[in-house]
Formats: sequence, structure tokens, C-alpha cells
Amino acid sequence: MRDVAVIGVGMSEWGEVWEKSHRRLWTEAALAAVDDAGVDRVDALYVGCMSGGLFVGQEHLGAMLSDQLGMGPVPGTRVESACASGGVAFRQAVMAVASGAHDIVLASGVEKMTDVDGAAATYALSTAADQEYECFQGVTFPGLYAMMARVHMHRHGTTRRQLAQVAVKNHANGALNDKAQYPMKVTVEQVLESPGVADPLRVLDCSPITDGAAAVIVVPLADAKKLSKNPAVKVLASAQASDTLALHDRADLCWLASTAKAAEGAYRMAGIGPGDVSFAEVHDCFTIAEIMVMEALGLVEKGQGGQATEAGWTALDGKIPVNPSGGLKAKGHPVGATGIAQVVESVLQLRGSCGARQVRNARRALTQNMGGTGASSVVHIFERA
Amino acid sequence: MHIGPPRYWREIPQRYRYEAAKCARCGKIHFPPRTKCECGGREFSQHILAPEGALETFTIIRTPPSGFSDQAPYAVGIVKLDDGVRMTAQVVDCDLDKLAIGQRVRREFRKLQVEGESGINCYGYKYVPA
Repeated sequence: MRDVAVIGVGMSEWGEVWEKSHRRLWTEAALAAVDDAGVDRVDALYVGCMSGGLFVGQEHLGAMLSDQLGMGPVPGTRVESACASGGVAFRQAVMAVASGAHDIVLASGVEKMTDVDGAAATYALSTAADQEYECFQGVTFPGLYAMMARVHMHRHGTTRRQLAQVAVKNHANGALNDKAQYPMKVTVEQVLESPGVADPLRVLDCSPITDGAAAVIVVPLADAKKLSKNPAVKVLASAQASDTLALHDRADLCWLASTAKAAEGAYRMAGIGPGDVSFAEVHDCFTIAEIMVMEALGLVEKGQGGQATEAGWTALDGKIPVNPSGGLKAKGHPVGATGIAQVVESVLQLRGSCGARQVRNARRALTQNMGGTGASSVVHIFERA
Repeated sequence: MHIGPPRYWREIPQRYRYEAAKCARCGKIHFPPRTKCECGGREFSQHILAPEGALETFTIIRTPPSGFSDQAPYAVGIVKLDDGVRMTAQVVDCDLDKLAIGQRVRREFRKLQVEGESGINCYGYKYVPA
């Protein structure tokens, strides 16, 4: 297997972007990544997209986007793993380059979510859960995470205030990110007074609905210097795991076993432990998710995610900064693009080009992207080459 | 989103009659039934779910999905039945402010949602305080 590096990154505009279509958003991100890397061809492309069908009535995305890219008849493959689609698409690109199948691969993600109304978007997202035995009963995605939050609070003493502090921290970081959909600071009180969605979660505990795309260029590490003037970022590890689709089938309702399993594989592959990571970009689709993900990644002890957040460990200047980009919460969550955008942030941080939100001495980054209530998780580790 | 008759009909043994499958090899009960158990077993006997259990967690849905808007706010929980099977279901006929983890509940057959004028009246299980 060849060592792999990321040499180019790009993002489209993120937000409620009515004037731009699914394909337009994707092409902007893809061209930004191609231009950033300075390459004049790609040999294959992977696109993570949760539901082109339900959001814009368009499938066959691999071919459509290869067509839009205008770089010849390159094989285009669409990857779906619910909200982990982007991270899993990146993993396919890494494996394609590592195996020697392709040399220059575009890994990308896109979701165009605001062409449909809120109810239709909620329905499309709910298809990541068990349709027959969860959704049929009237539970929503926030409802499923709310049930995990209640167990976490009951078992570990996590407080409502600690959940709110995840949102406060991520919005503070997002306020420093010009790509963020909601780059405004929020207070604990604003979170606690925001409208209830599914007790104990409120609107400001939830990531938003977003239009957006992101893309990166993946090449053999040995070719990185020849292909691009950018400092190469090495992919140290890629690992993925699954869990039961339905939350109620899990042995432990407040432990993300798929994330723990993927992290274990990634740490082994990289030859490092959680203490060797400079910062992490994780899947904070809800405030409780960030707390549980930190525990599963081993960044904090089991049950200590809330306290660690309250103590400021995960802030930009903390012991282990989490979501310096603002996370899904503030940056936005165009589901298929999220996993790729985490890679974009990691690369920019490791290049040292994040300005006001730059993590000091950023040497190694970890990204964690998950689908559903954690039925799929994918973890990557990066290092400045 | 309409479910459609075949898809609804296929789940009737579980939603109306609470039929689960017990692995002949390791004894694990699967609800809904599966084709293969994680122990490797592929033979199952029928098991009817225990009628009562306890609430392991719950939420109060305040922003409901389409089809449930006339019911909000309502409680949804994960119930662990006395035979060890866990399932997601609504908890009704209760004081939403007094629900707690550990609450004993009993299953009842109820209407879940109405899929509009040309859709199906969907029935299934809900739980009430025992």
C-alpha cells in the first residue's frame, strides 16, 4: 500500500444558497480543490451525498458530476452512508490511491437541502434511522439523540448546561470562520431558552440544514511535491466501523461503539494514541453527540465529556481543541459534504493557514464523521508531512 | 410519506401480534425477526413479546415529523421488556412531566398515524404506565 497525501482543498459557499443548484455547488468546491492543488487532471472522483433523490430528485451523481467537472470521462462514484457519506467517500479515495488503482483522486461531498421544505428535509434525514421500527413510531432524529442525552445525564451526571456549552464553544469558533453558516456567538442562556425540539434538546443544540459542498485532492505521498506547491498533509490512518441501525438494539444506549471501534483501528494504523492528536474535527450533529464522540475517541474518559467541555478543555486554546472550524453546529451540516469539510479544516489547520481560529502547534489532526445515531463511523488521522 | 399497502402489510405480524423470533442455537430473541442471528444460527422459533417492561430512556417530541403533528407534544421511549427485548415506542396516557427512567409500562394496541385521505390508518403498539 502506498502512503497517501492531501494536496488540495476547496469549499463552495455554505448556507441557504437558493441561487445555486446541487451541481453548481459541487462544481465550485471541486474546482477550488483542483486549483488549490494545481493539478490539471483527476483520474477518478468519489462523491458523498446522502440523498440526491429526496432533496433534489437527482440520482446518478457520479456520472453527472464527472460530466460537470469537464476533465474527460473519469469514473465517478457516489457513496452513501447517511451523514457519514463524505467521510466514507474520502476513505474510498484514500484506498483507491493507496492501492495504486488511481494516482490523482477527487474526494468530495455535497448536499442541497433547501430546495425542499422543512418537513421534507426532516423526512429525508430520518431515512438514516430504522424506518419501520423507529420512525414509524413517531421518533425524530433529535428525539433519538435526546434519548441518548437522557441516559448520559442519568448515568454520568452530565448537566443541561454542559450540553449548552458545546454549542457556545462551537459558535465561538464558527464566528472566526468565514465559511460558517451561523458565525455568531451564542450564550448558555440563549441555548437554554431556545425552543424545545425533543427534550432535553433545544433548537440551539441541533446542527442546521445547509446547502454546500467540499472537495479535496488525494495523491500518493511520493508524488505530492512534484504535483503541488502546497505543503502535503499525510493521511496517517483511515478506519470505519458499523453498529446496529436502530438505537434500541445497542448494548449500551450512550456509548458510540462504532466510533470507538473506528478510532481503535485508526490509532493502531497511525501508531499513535489519543494523547498524540493536536485537535479533532468531530460530528457534533447535536451537542450530546460531541460529548459522546470525545469519549469514544478516548480524548476524555468515559462519562467525562460534559465536564471536559465545561472546564474548557475542548476550546480553541484548550488542552484538546474540538471543532476549531465551528463544527456542524456553526459551520453548517450539508450532510454529504460534512465529512469532506472536516478534512478541509484539518488540512488548512496543519498548513497553519486558519488565521484567528488557528490551533497552536497543530501537528496531527483527527476527523470523525458518523451516520445515523452512530450506525456508521469513519475516523481519519492526518499529519503535517 | 405514504407507506403503501404491501410495505405496511409485511410488518403486521410484528405491529399487531408482537411476533419475534427466538434463535434455536443461542436463544437470543430478535424483534423484528431476522434471517440470521449473530451467533450464526439460521433457525428460529416464534416468540410473542412480553407485554410489560420498563422505560430505559425517553424524550418528549415537541417538533414532530409529518403525520404526527396533531399529537405533539408526545413521549417516545425505549422500553426494555421483561423478556429482555428493547423497542422504540410512544408512551401515552401519562403525565409528560412525571415520566422517569425506570417507569413500568404495559403495551397496548393503538392507532399511530393516519396517512391522509387516500393513505392507510396505521396501527401498532404504544405503551401506557403499568
